[in-house]
Amino acid sequence: MTSLSTKHLLGIKDITLEDINLIFQTADNFKEVINRPIKKVPSLRDVTIANVFFENSTRTKLSFELAEKRLSADVINFSASSSSVKKGESLVDTVSNILAMKVDMVVMRHPNPGAHIHLARHVDCSIINAGDGAHEHPTQALLDAYSLRERVGDLKGLKILIVGDILHSRVALSNVFCLQKLGAEVRVCGPATLIPKHMESLGVKVMLNFEEALKWCDVVNMLRIQMERQDIQYFPTLREYTMQYGLSRELLYKVGKKDIVVMHPGPINRGVEITSDMADSEFSIILDQVENGVAIRMAVLYLLAGDASSN
Amino acid sequence: MDIRTLLDHTALSQTLDRLAYQIYERHLDFEDVALVSLQPRGVELGRRVHERLKKLSGEEMIHHGELDITFYRDDFRRRDGVLVPAKTNLDFSIEGKEIVLIDDVLFTGRTVRSGLDALLDFGRPANVELLVLIDRRYSRELPVQPDYTGRTVDVVKDERVQVEWSENDKNNRVTLFSEQND
Repeated sequence: MTSLSTKHLLGIKDITLEDINLIFQTADNFKEVINRPIKKVPSLRDVTIANVFFENSTRTKLSFELAEKRLSADVINFSASSSSVKKGESLVDTVSNILAMKVDMVVMRHPNPGAHIHLARHVDCSIINAGDGAHEHPTQALLDAYSLRERVGDLKGLKILIVGDILHSRVALSNVFCLQKLGAEVRVCGPATLIPKHMESLGVKVMLNFEEALKWCDVVNMLRIQMERQDIQYFPTLREYTMQYGLSRELLYKVGKKDIVVMHPGPINRGVEITSDMADSEFSIILDQVENGVAIRMAVLYLLAGDASSN
Repeated sequence: MDIRTLLDHTALSQTLDRLAYQIYERHLDFEDVALVSLQPRGVELGRRVHERLKKLSGEEMIHHGELDITFYRDDFRRRDGVLVPAKTNLDFSIEGKEIVLIDDVLFTGRTVRSGLDALLDFGRPANVELLVLIDRRYSRELPVQPDYTGRTVDVVKDERVQVEWSENDKNNRVTLFSEQND
């Protein structure tokens, strides 16, 4: 009998290596479940989960909802555009109102970093972070590391490069925490304007030259340029960005790389950060990441919901 | 603590032989028969019955799978901590098969209930039988009865039956523990 060390999943930063391994071990079982003829188990049949999204999301929301339904939980969806948030209600009030209807867990995405931590202090239920601003996106980092582990085995000593818009990316930060806990070495690469200031303080080396960085790494995680978050011009043109930081087969051969693992958290902008050919190549584990997302989220929900002592 | 041996190594071995014979007697043709052991404790028993049955029938291919029931338990969220699941390993279709469900000790019947639910999620078997090594009588909370029984015992609630399998198969035994209240 084991449990996670935490009641909430707010970020990778607060969980331990044992937690990560327990989630992976449980996800192995759920991966087997979702490949059965009947892809559903009754574990959470008396649990109600609210998916509260204050920011748009397609795949994360879909993946969470699928995970919840495959665990037989009751699901309610809530998005900010159709709610009383527009009428001036505070976050704690909104969530307290949902909880008053006997909801057991909340999966939340919010544009403000730390919104979940604030909420966890004020309401009494398990909260799962599905992305808070440019802060953390823990389930994405877990599914990334899980998919990587599936492809290459132990991550200890593995060299992983995260490329692109690090400044606006919650995926990058969660990935750094998660991969470092698993013993991998992480570096980031991108235009200097899109690298946050204190990256080095996390033990993450910044590389500005993509070709050199590519030579160094075993795994490359290509992030999307988040145009919707860019309030000012961070680089001259997309075309120039693609020429400097776009991943293509030609570039791979040019730096003399025969083997590499290519990851992408989606959505992909084909022809910008990665060529269509590379996204569909034998190096890519992009679709494995999507498949594993459901198994990882099932594992997190199962482990957080199951501990009666924390209810 | 009081320890009593219910089945020593020889008696246990004979019981396993008899169980295999009983399955053999009832089925004869093994093409559509599959043994399914419940994780975690039915697996060691299932493996031994499976070995004996193969020898007895001369059939090389008798299906044997392992089924984990963790996600089907009815005490989820009603106990401290979470149970970590074990592997499910059913590499054959159970559709139309005659299934022998195997577990070591039948007590409240709740594990078997979960096992049936888990099993039926894989398809519709022709029928399902239950084999247990130890049947603890008068302790059932659900109407479940075994078709093949190793030994029937009457034990009170605070006594515990333990089946031990040794690695080289030389010192298997079934014991009864009773916790004395001081």
